[in-house]
Amino acid sequence: AEVEETLKRIQAHKGVIATMVINAEGIPIRTTLDNSTTVQYAGLLHQLTMKARSTVRDIDPQNDLTFLRIRSKKHEIMIAPDKEYLLIVIQNPCE
Amino acid sequence: MEIIYVYTRKRSKFGRPCSFSDRPAMVNVDIPPDPSMASNFVLRNPVDSYVQHTSDMSEHEVNTEWVEVESRGVNHVEGGWPKDINPQEVEQTIRFRKKVEKDENYVNTITHLGTLMEHCVKQNNAINIYEEYFGEEETTEVEDEPPSAKTINVIRDPNVTKRTATHLSWHPDTCKKLAVAYSSLEFQQNVKDMSFDSYIWDLENPNKPELVLKPSSPLVSLEYNPKDSHVLVGGCYNGQMAYWDTRKGGLPVEVSTVEVSHRDPVYGAIWLQSKTGTECFSASTDGQVLWWDIRKLSEPTESLVLDITRKGLLENALGAVTLEFEPTMPTKFMVGTEQGIVIACNRKAKTPPEKITSTYSGHIGPVYALVRNPFYPKVFLTVGDWTARIWSEETKESSIMWTKCHLSYLTDGCWSTVRPSVFFTTRSDGTLDVWDFLFKQNDPSLSLKVCNEPLSSLRLQDNGCVVGCGSKLGTVTLLEISSGLCTLQRNEKTLATAMFERETKREKILEARHREMRLKERARSEGQETEVEESLVEDPQEVLDRARREFFEVIEAEMQRRARAETQGLHGKVPGMAWTCNCSRDSLPRGGGQGSVSVFQVKSRAGDETAAQEEESQLPKDKEEEEEEKDAA
Repeated sequence: AEVEETLKRIQAHKGVIATMVINAEGIPIRTTLDNSTTVQYAGLLHQLTMKARSTVRDIDPQNDLTFLRIRSKKHEIMIAPDKEYLLIVIQNPCE
Repeated sequence: MEIIYVYTRKRSKFGRPCSFSDRPAMVNVDIPPDPSMASNFVLRNPVDSYVQHTSDMSEHEVNTEWVEVESRGVNHVEGGWPKDINPQEVEQTIRFRKKVEKDENYVNTITHLGTLMEHCVKQNNAINIYEEYFGEEETTEVEDEPPSAKTINVIRDPNVTKRTATHLSWHPDTCKKLAVAYSSLEFQQNVKDMSFDSYIWDLENPNKPELVLKPSSPLVSLEYNPKDSHVLVGGCYNGQMAYWDTRKGGLPVEVSTVEVSHRDPVYGAIWLQSKTGTECFSASTDGQVLWWDIRKLSEPTESLVLDITRKGLLENALGAVTLEFEPTMPTKFMVGTEQGIVIACNRKAKTPPEKITSTYSGHIGPVYALVRNPFYPKVFLTVGDWTARIWSEETKESSIMWTKCHLSYLTDGCWSTVRPSVFFTTRSDGTLDVWDFLFKQNDPSLSLKVCNEPLSSLRLQDNGCVVGCGSKLGTVTLLEISSGLCTLQRNEKTLATAMFERETKREKILEARHREMRLKERARSEGQETEVEESLVEDPQEVLDRARREFFEVIEAEMQRRARAETQGLHGKVPGMAWTCNCSRDSLPRGGGQGSVSVFQVKSRAGDETAAQEEESQLPKDKEEEEEEKDAA
């Protein structure tokens, strides 16, 4: 219930195109996009997050990755990582 | 002489341990020196011997194999599901998902992440951190870097027998594709295995052409349709016209019939502005200009014979080598001929003889390139023989500016699409010249040796930075020129306009003077023939002396005048310009008055001397000139 609310709130923000929750194995738990796209995002972003996290920790082992933003020409992909799950939001930030 | 020592052992004694014993040295052989043999030898003194104190080096060549790169994509398929769940089964996956969602850990995590995410999303919406902050400020001032160009890509003809890249055409929209027409323009040199193909190259992949165009005879010219980027028209070596649609593959969609086509290679083929976007016209050295509609290539819609005597006779026609068309002036076009004459024509004239509006003659050899300045349509550039000339449409007698004569033929030229005073020319010694005549008129601003073989064609991309040159062996080199040469300078347009107008005015003045002179001469010769006879009675030697004296007087007067003008000019006569244009009306008579000083032309003493000789044969006129000058001065 809370989860629903949170996700709905995020989705309702201006410019947000899609929201996804992915577990540690890359399985999409909840998504607002179609399956094939979600699977693609899941596979690719999971690996990227792992890499980013290991990079941060290599530089400073006390440090850890809290948030990852990828800004591209068309939109911005925001990833909030956790030990077990990934929350991914795709937003179009231009005014 | 052999020295042998034999050592024998009984076989039964083999394998026995050896027992060695010492004994004193024994001389086996003693060969005393034989002095009689010395006579066979000659004493050598000195003996040559060399010593080298360098390290030994060996040369090796290594070349890696060309790596073939192909682009591939990967398609992600579902995975990661635990073993007991079949991803295709919707029920199972839903059940799994529901199970996960009930997990407490999940709820906590998502709430936490949710707040974090919301913060960032709101941030994004609040400020666009990548906005253009200092957009109104002008970009960096003109850098005084020397002009340069670097090769970004080289595309070679993949066939074994290399053919000349005769024409280049950039794709109208993307500028990433280049269509190149290959053919061999050598007279009657058709090698048996020479392929007829022409290619469309994608710059991302210079090793393999994107599309192979297969005409029935090699293509001499090739152009993309500016309206429809899938259609190309090509002119063949045997005079036919063909058109392709890149969506339909490499064979021409339609080819014109041989009987009504040209009889010589089609050197120029250009698309016309029309509502349907299917009209084009072509010109060839057989003297005809034909208009076509590509939907019906079986016969031309219109034709024009390039006969400047305006009689429409094919025998008198001049062979066309280049064709020029400006979309903003759809009824006019220009043709450059083999004989060095440029013909301006009007398509909408009522009768065929009237179609030819004017001619401009100035080149000694074929006019290989003819381009209008994209900023000033009245000014056009012609490239032929050893010079490049700039003309204005209004002055028909001579060009308004010209370059010095080079050592090698100029083969092609084009204006820069960004800067009105910059143009490019290619030479037959493989050099590309970039001229900026607001900066320097006598020499090109940049002269680059692109390759060792002659360059045959040149085309600038629409952005003005990248230029492609095709060479005789089919190599197309793409060069990127430095930003100084392809960004519009501050006052450039006004300066260029001023320069063109000034030169045009100068030519007009010269033209007017010639006309006056001619009229006067005619009047004089009609009314006063007796006077002419009298002067001929003079002793030739006296006449010679007088001519020489007068000539030197003129020269001196001119030198003084120029010296005076120069000192004046250094104080910046023309506002805003560091160069002066001495519009001195110097008339060393050569009938054509081309001895006037223009900042573009290099004048030498040698020129003066030859003029002197001619002068001696034009005595009565000489006297007139003198008088006129003195009147004018």
